[in-house]
Amino acid sequence: MEDSRREFLKKAGVGSLIGLGVVSAVNVVTEKKGEASSRSSNKSGTRWGMVIDMSKCPADCKICSEKCHSVHNVPEFRKPDGSADLKNEVKWLWKDNYNNVFPSKSGQFLSNNLKQKEFLVLCNHCENPPCVRVCPTQATFSRPDGIVLMDFHRCIGCRFCMAACPYGSRSFNWFDPRTEDEKHLVGGKNIDPNFPTRERGVVEKCNFCAERLAKNQIPACVEACTFGALTFGNLNDPDSEIRAVLAANNTIQRKPELGTGPSVFYIV
Amino acid sequence: MYDAGKIIIGLVVFVLLALFPLWGSIGQDVAKPKPAIVKGERCIESADYMRANHMQMLDQWRDDVVRNNDRVYVSKAYKTEFNKSLSNTCMDCHSNKKEFCDTCHDYSSVTPYCWSCHIEPKGRI
Repeated sequence: MEDSRREFLKKAGVGSLIGLGVVSAVNVVTEKKGEASSRSSNKSGTRWGMVIDMSKCPADCKICSEKCHSVHNVPEFRKPDGSADLKNEVKWLWKDNYNNVFPSKSGQFLSNNLKQKEFLVLCNHCENPPCVRVCPTQATFSRPDGIVLMDFHRCIGCRFCMAACPYGSRSFNWFDPRTEDEKHLVGGKNIDPNFPTRERGVVEKCNFCAERLAKNQIPACVEACTFGALTFGNLNDPDSEIRAVLAANNTIQRKPELGTGPSVFYIV
Repeated sequence: MYDAGKIIIGLVVFVLLALFPLWGSIGQDVAKPKPAIVKGERCIESADYMRANHMQMLDQWRDDVVRNNDRVYVSKAYKTEFNKSLSNTCMDCHSNKKEFCDTCHDYSSVTPYCWSCHIEPKGRI
């Protein structure tokens, strides 16, 4: 009680230093080992990945994305005049030009071949996904098999993940994706009863067909592709088909410099 | 207290009005819901168990399936395996949402939002 203001401040300073020391010591001792290993690649077990061979993918073909969007009940929002509403478009699997898909690899004089191509893009199912890190409700999470999955039940529609994703792989449902009669999606497609729709205010993206993998089926896009442009498989299995394709071809990933570790590879 | 009489009368009137939902329904007998329409022989657990616990079970199922990729439910009562799925397993037998789910949910005034995403059988084409 006799302490002067100076004495009090000294003691408070020493006390907080000790406190900080104890906290950091505790942190060092109890450091989670899983934290570090989840960043480095998971060498054992499964890591699903995909190789897209652009030499086999025709520019105007949309078989895979149409199949994907119909089995996953992806709506097609339209403007009042009936044209596609690109601003509110919901995309799981779509096509874009070289400069948008590989902005860090685009050169000054692009070959006609690359200029004309429409590159197939989807969620990269990153090893170190920024969307998972920013999600405040853990609605988006990394599965042990490398799939970055969304739990739509938990999504609160904050769209942090859309800001975090460097690939634009996430779309927000600004409107109810179902029509009034509840049998059709916006855009006119019938609802596929085997997969839920989403509701207004929820973010969605490609799920690497987790529901099909659970039944030992390959993703719908890979199955639908008639040109053999898509190869799906376990990147951790050195004997898998996808590893053979990767070993035999030069492949690139989208924006690898960001350190996200995409699981989708392109043969350009 | 000034105007005690007016205030007390006012309070009594207010309390009576506020409690109208309670005393207003005295004497009115609301029929208990009778959820029906079951195709199968028996449910995955006993009817009593399902009546009391289906909400926790479905909540657990959705976490199991989506987050842990654990899709098989083993019945405690019958030791048989079921796919953890509302729209497939449950609605296969309880195929009429209006006459099954809604009867009790309306009675107890709960509005689960399962169906804003999951497809009820009437939506099946």
